[in-house]
Amino acid sequence: MSTATLSGRMTDFRLGPWTSFFLRRTGRLVVSLAALVTAAFAMIHFVPGDPVRGALGMNATPEAVAARKEQLGLNDSLITQYKHFVSGLFHGDLGESITARVSVSSMIGDRLPATLEIAIYAFVLVMVVSIPLGMAMAVFTLNGRRRRSELAFASSTGAIVAIPEFLLAVGLASVFGVSLGWFPVALREGPDSYVLPVLALAITPIAALSRIVRVEALRVFETDYMRTARAKRLPTRLVYLRHALPNLLTSSLTLGGLILSSLLAGTVLIENVFAWPGLGMTIVQAILQKDYPLVQGIVLVYGAAALAIHFAVDLAVAVADPKSTIRGS
Amino acid sequence: MSKAPRLRQALRTPMGIATAILSALILLVAIFGPMLAGDTADRIDTDAIGRHSGTEHLFGTDALGRDIAARVVVATRLTLELTLFATLIAVLGGLILGVLPAVLGRRAGRLITATVNLLVAFPGLLFVLFLAVIFGVGTFSAAFAIGLGAAPATARLVQNLTAAVAGTDYVAAARILGVGRFRIIVRHILPNIAEPVALFVAQVAAGILVAFSGLSFLGLGVQAPDYDWGRLLNEQLDRVMVDPMSAVGPGAAIVLTGITFGLIGEVVAGASGGRGANRPEAEPVASIDEQPTAEAESALLHVDHLRVRFPGHTAVHDVCLSVTEGEAVGIVGESGSGKSLTALAAAGLVPHPGRVSARTLRFADRDLNRQAPKGTSLAMVFQDPMASLNPALTVGRQLAEVAEVHHGAGRAAALARAVARLGAVGIINPEQRVSKRPHEFSGGMRQRVMIAMGLMGEPRLIIADEPTTALDVTVQAQVLALLRDVRDESGAALLLISHDIAVVSQVCDRVVVMYAGRIVEELPVGDLADGVAHPYSAALIGAVPTMTTDRDVPLATIPGRPPEPGEESVGCPFAPRCARASDRCRTEEPVLERIGPGRRVACWDPITTAVHELEEVR
Repeated sequence: MSTATLSGRMTDFRLGPWTSFFLRRTGRLVVSLAALVTAAFAMIHFVPGDPVRGALGMNATPEAVAARKEQLGLNDSLITQYKHFVSGLFHGDLGESITARVSVSSMIGDRLPATLEIAIYAFVLVMVVSIPLGMAMAVFTLNGRRRRSELAFASSTGAIVAIPEFLLAVGLASVFGVSLGWFPVALREGPDSYVLPVLALAITPIAALSRIVRVEALRVFETDYMRTARAKRLPTRLVYLRHALPNLLTSSLTLGGLILSSLLAGTVLIENVFAWPGLGMTIVQAILQKDYPLVQGIVLVYGAAALAIHFAVDLAVAVADPKSTIRGS
Repeated sequence: MSKAPRLRQALRTPMGIATAILSALILLVAIFGPMLAGDTADRIDTDAIGRHSGTEHLFGTDALGRDIAARVVVATRLTLELTLFATLIAVLGGLILGVLPAVLGRRAGRLITATVNLLVAFPGLLFVLFLAVIFGVGTFSAAFAIGLGAAPATARLVQNLTAAVAGTDYVAAARILGVGRFRIIVRHILPNIAEPVALFVAQVAAGILVAFSGLSFLGLGVQAPDYDWGRLLNEQLDRVMVDPMSAVGPGAAIVLTGITFGLIGEVVAGASGGRGANRPEAEPVASIDEQPTAEAESALLHVDHLRVRFPGHTAVHDVCLSVTEGEAVGIVGESGSGKSLTALAAAGLVPHPGRVSARTLRFADRDLNRQAPKGTSLAMVFQDPMASLNPALTVGRQLAEVAEVHHGAGRAAALARAVARLGAVGIINPEQRVSKRPHEFSGGMRQRVMIAMGLMGEPRLIIADEPTTALDVTVQAQVLALLRDVRDESGAALLLISHDIAVVSQVCDRVVVMYAGRIVEELPVGDLADGVAHPYSAALIGAVPTMTTDRDVPLATIPGRPPEPGEESVGCPFAPRCARASDRCRTEEPVLERIGPGRRVACWDPITTAVHELEEVR
């Protein structure tokens, strides 16, 4: 029968679309990284005035400025500088901090774990809480039941989303840190000190994502295949967990990626509230002190992380839902 | 147009009123605040440094003894100005980046789109920090950076909207007529995307307010001696832990203003497309008495005076229907005739907010008014086999679970049965196909899978709701043949729902014709050729082309249209479209009456030839 040969042929070509999909995404990642590197390189040259003079201050002698410039290689032609910059990147050399006079990569290596930790903990917390919460609310308020719970859920999550993260962080710090004294409000010392920063990072995304998951779950519940599952008289638990949940996960995965990269940005604010010794605090200080090589390095790390997350999400979604990606561009 | 009155109407709702009051309040504070509270806000009082909140100073004083409450009031103007300025930049930048790809050449357009996509992928705050470095730390450059930072997201939206509009016929027509690119943008594209963009702008403004406050809070935004709400928070950060009230003022101002921006967006959205409210309907009471017949008692499926109601209308009116063991019954009718809902009601699957009531709704030994039908004795086959199979699960899983749940079969045994059933419905290589997902099957194969799923148990009734409508004509014939074979082998009864009377007559023993939620005629398939009694059935048959249909004459159609849901009529619902309708038809609804063996019709003036012939033959 023709269908048999057709399906056989499809199996043979199976590797094709996957490989080309993977190559396309990798290509996109490489181009994006190149753009990021170029932008980070260009940044120091866009800075109005003299970056070294700005960093060393008005009191520095012209000789000191000239020497520093020479040391940073700012007197070479742009092309030479770019080549140095890129080859330095491949050797893990991001230059030297103007103010701290330590290598940027060692500073980043020092501070990155602190940021990664709270970002990852917060991300896990967001996913673990909001998917079950959103789905439970959807089941709970299905078919227009329990209008009041629905209203309470919608308005409380709506209110949380409306509060900026850093205000939430300040609020958490003053209530649980100062008034109740349950958790430390600053620095990274012991497991207790993680509680407030992670919560501050996670609460807003939890509210936002659980709302979306609820709406998405209600959409899934209305699909024809859920009707089929009900027609099979499966136990309710199976209908929701086996038939609805996997279909929710694919869309939640995409959103999860967006959330993870916005969590990275959120660390900048949260770290400054809790004096958390991570990249976020470092970049703000570096900007204020005009320590451009350090800013450059941290921007590269954050940017590369964001791009890597997008790449990973694309692949994960492709694995979870092959039909959408092979077709998609 | 009607936009202004609609906006006025939206402003009259409680949310509209709240929005108007909040906006007015914030505007007034922004305009008059600096004049009224400016002196208090700037007065340095060395005796009152770092005071806690109290009656004298609502939110306390700062490190120079200045009243924080007054400073919050004064900061309103600068905060708003900066937010609006940054929003303006975001919108202008977004519009330019967004519309350009639609009018530039393909290559330049793609470059811009790719850049925008790259920027959108990048976390907004980091982009802003990057720009803040380039522009230097300062109030104006921060506003510029935040505006540019929000531009890519706006551009993405504008691009999507523009692409939709640019693809329309009227833009194509304008292009063919030689209208210039600029004119196309101004005259054709911008007006058509204005509304969603306006909505989005409100959200962007709220986001910018928060972002700007965040930047100032970090010390990278507004610089002393100027201050906005974020800067006030920054100055209070060390004290916040000691005196939380000092942060409440600026914090509340940010949240309240952010919410107001959001509300403005909602009100504008409400004005541009309101949602209609559902009104519940009083329960009508079934009022027909009839003794259940012996035939009905022995039926496999017995439905008596079934009603399916939705808010605002009744979709199924007093349908009485029986299917006996092993019988094949077809329900025919146009879309909206209530045929699918009748079937769904029999399976207990009417979607929310539909409500089912019936004097009797019995399947096998179960009263469906009280219990769900027993596990696997009722199988369903739906119209769209792609949508009806779960895309996330393998076909084998979806089949096997029936045996696992209802027959307590182990995984291996259930899967083996699934393979056997797939083979039985004509799936080639079922051992391999069983581990595939639905999208790897063709439409016809998916429908076979649905049928196999029904065969996992021992069905006594198969309800097939338009099983061939979504399929190609050749595949339709195969699926119909399969349904027939399945019925022959399993001895199950079949309830086949279709809009196509030809399909029903191929497979079924008996035909039920539905119109506007009612049964209008019921007859054995064999009698179709002799002629039907109801004018609607006659019209349905007349609309089916055959090999001998004269192709020079347009196909017969039924004039008029079926009643809309909720459109209640007096008299016969078909009367407005019926050539035979009399005054009685327009005032009095006909009842379904027996006119022969297995024949019922609801018509005051049935087509008599059919009835006469029938009487002559029998």
